[in-house]
Amino acid sequence: MTPAAPDHPRPRSPLHLFIAFTVLALQGFGGVLAVAQRELVDRRRWMTREEFVDAYSVAQLLPGPNVVNLSLMLGDRFFGWRGAFAAISGMLLAPLVLVIVLAASYNQLAGFPAVAGALRGMGAVAAGLILAMALKMLGTLRRNPLGPVLCALLGLTTLVAVTVFRAPLAWVVIGLGTAGWCIARWCIARREHGR
Amino acid sequence: MMSSLPLADLSDLFLRFLMLSLLSIGGAMSTAPEMHRFLVAERGWLDDAEFTTAIALAQAAPGPNVLFVPVLGFQVAGVLGAAAALLGILLPSTLLSLGVSRWGAQRRDAPVVRAFTAGLAPVSVGLVFATGWLLSLPFIAAPDHRLGALALIAATMVVTLKTRLAPIWMIVVGATVGALGGV
Repeated sequence: MTPAAPDHPRPRSPLHLFIAFTVLALQGFGGVLAVAQRELVDRRRWMTREEFVDAYSVAQLLPGPNVVNLSLMLGDRFFGWRGAFAAISGMLLAPLVLVIVLAASYNQLAGFPAVAGALRGMGAVAAGLILAMALKMLGTLRRNPLGPVLCALLGLTTLVAVTVFRAPLAWVVIGLGTAGWCIARWCIARREHGR
Repeated sequence: MMSSLPLADLSDLFLRFLMLSLLSIGGAMSTAPEMHRFLVAERGWLDDAEFTTAIALAQAAPGPNVLFVPVLGFQVAGVLGAAAALLGILLPSTLLSLGVSRWGAQRRDAPVVRAFTAGLAPVSVGLVFATGWLLSLPFIAAPDHRLGALALIAATMVVTLKTRLAPIWMIVVGATVGALGGV
């Protein structure tokens, strides 16, 4: 991950980081990724879109929840392990308390049709947030050394593997990721050779 | 539900989740089938309905989806179970990620590392599109409120792309429309 440019805003302290991640985690209904992109890139500008895609790609390949790995990398970049700890705690603490309270009171809540309806409405918004984020990520591929054709081929293969063939995520990431890595090594080597 | 578990079983749960952590490539959800095998089939600590409820609750509540793991632990053994499950699933993967990202940050400009992020970026973008598609599918498949849900999805996309509005307001609108029966 590239460090932020000097004119980039950055968090003031681990506490600031903790609060920012709490705020974003509490908005993350149906997944935090799209909210993280929105808050960290669009609104706070602690990362660029390219940095976000890079960090997300690495987080994806490592074991563990992607957004937790992503928070860890960002926190570590600004304040070392204290930042990493602050970011992860912010991401997990408040939602954890909420979900445990919810689990403890689930049997009383489940009977209301309005609750079920609200959950469906929130689910639709979550889907819209993710699709919008995907469209924004698309723009970052413009500067990818693979070039547009190979990028589209690799991206579409991933999409079809997951949605049509329902391939297990680990195999998709390892298989297509390795393919992408090898192709990219070849592209970068060829470009530097030609220079 | 929430019976207290002997300490030996609790540490068993912790150790099992500790191992699963390193296998959870692509997110904790990818280990859900393995957790189901352990908690439901092997130990009988939970039944099928309880297992599914844990995942549904974590999806409905704010925060990372990995929170279905502490809910499972909570259903098995209360707050201690939740702590054991969450620490187990996060500790190894977190330490590994910290190490790898520091290693990668120092060698950012090496062709191998650059090729790594460049080659993975299109796969990541494809995966996010796939996630959006899979999340939209239940709404497209259900005929009774299809139009309302699709309108909500489209409106969310437009607002996200054209404004800097915080997502929570879109969620509030979605919840209100849904509670009134529009989705």
